[in-house]
Amino acid sequence: MLNAISLISSFAMPAMVCLILVWGLRSGTEVYSCFLEGATDGLKIGFQILPPIIGLLVAIGMFRASGALDLVTFALKPITDFLHFPPEVVPFALLRPMSGGGSLALATDLFRTHGTDSFIGRAVSVMMGSTETTFYTLAVYFGAVGITQIRHTVKCALLADFTGIFLSIWVCFAIFGA
Amino acid sequence: MMNYIWSGMMLLSLMIAMWNGRLDATMQAAFESANNAIATVLGFIGVTALWTGLMRIAEKSGLVRVFSRIIRPLGRLIFPNLPPDSAAFSAISMNMVANILGLANAATPLGLTAMRELQKRNHSPNRASDEMCTFVVLNTASIQLIPSTLIGIRASFGSAAPSEIILPVWVVSLLTATVGLTITHWCNKRSGVRHA
Repeated sequence: MLNAISLISSFAMPAMVCLILVWGLRSGTEVYSCFLEGATDGLKIGFQILPPIIGLLVAIGMFRASGALDLVTFALKPITDFLHFPPEVVPFALLRPMSGGGSLALATDLFRTHGTDSFIGRAVSVMMGSTETTFYTLAVYFGAVGITQIRHTVKCALLADFTGIFLSIWVCFAIFGA
Repeated sequence: MMNYIWSGMMLLSLMIAMWNGRLDATMQAAFESANNAIATVLGFIGVTALWTGLMRIAEKSGLVRVFSRIIRPLGRLIFPNLPPDSAAFSAISMNMVANILGLANAATPLGLTAMRELQKRNHSPNRASDEMCTFVVLNTASIQLIPSTLIGIRASFGSAAPSEIILPVWVVSLLTATVGLTITHWCNKRSGVRHA
């Protein structure tokens, strides 16, 4: 089971690279200059997220060093225990729909403290990969066409986010074990 | 929102640090984190650039168009009331493909084009149409074939198998999107009487 999963997971990327290159060459695209163009854009994105990551990692670092995080985790322990939810992941889960940079910063902080291959590291990875910055998307998409009555979208999108966060825990548990 | 979360976290930290006698350690952590942030971003920015570069090839070579034809049936399933030959439908399929391929730069403009096309078909310009609700909820669910930034970050933190999370991400994304879309369809139907 685990072998098949890691096989599919590790073949997905090389297969994609192959397909893109072969298709590009076959269609007569200037693949190398296209690549450079796209990579330049990618670097720009990287530098754009740098300021928010600095700001948020500083806030998170202070929050942890001061003991505030321990306090929050302790206060939430009865609820997280009841739901079998790792308490360390709670701040991440709360921030995920609100801030892309903030949740990214929290995720890297969890990777640094628990390791990427721990249960928490894997669960946070899956949460990060399977959810979006919901409020940002809502604001941009409805804002662009001047819609003010957004009906049930917030409720539906947040319910989907909660589903994603709990499913990440269960799926990681089922696939990788605790 | 972020104004309060961000400053609140730091102010609360400083108050608790004062009470704990950890003021020095807290400020030390602030400086260390600032430098760590640079190292963190530098650690995965290369992988991000690699994928945005490859994806640009996919865009220019027409691979994205091919994919958007492949997912047409899925689009019809999600948007049964939208004519498949409409401009809105094609913008929606292109946006879905861009999201699946992780073309963040292309997905948003295509998504906004789709919203404008949907707005043209909307009878009440201030109120979101059923299709808009469905489309926006679809965009708040992340369905990505290769979560490249995530894999880059995992690699930079020394993961033994950075891409082992791909399959679990697919499973969770698909289930999450299905739940989101099902609830949205249900809500659309329930409130759709005024909006035939």
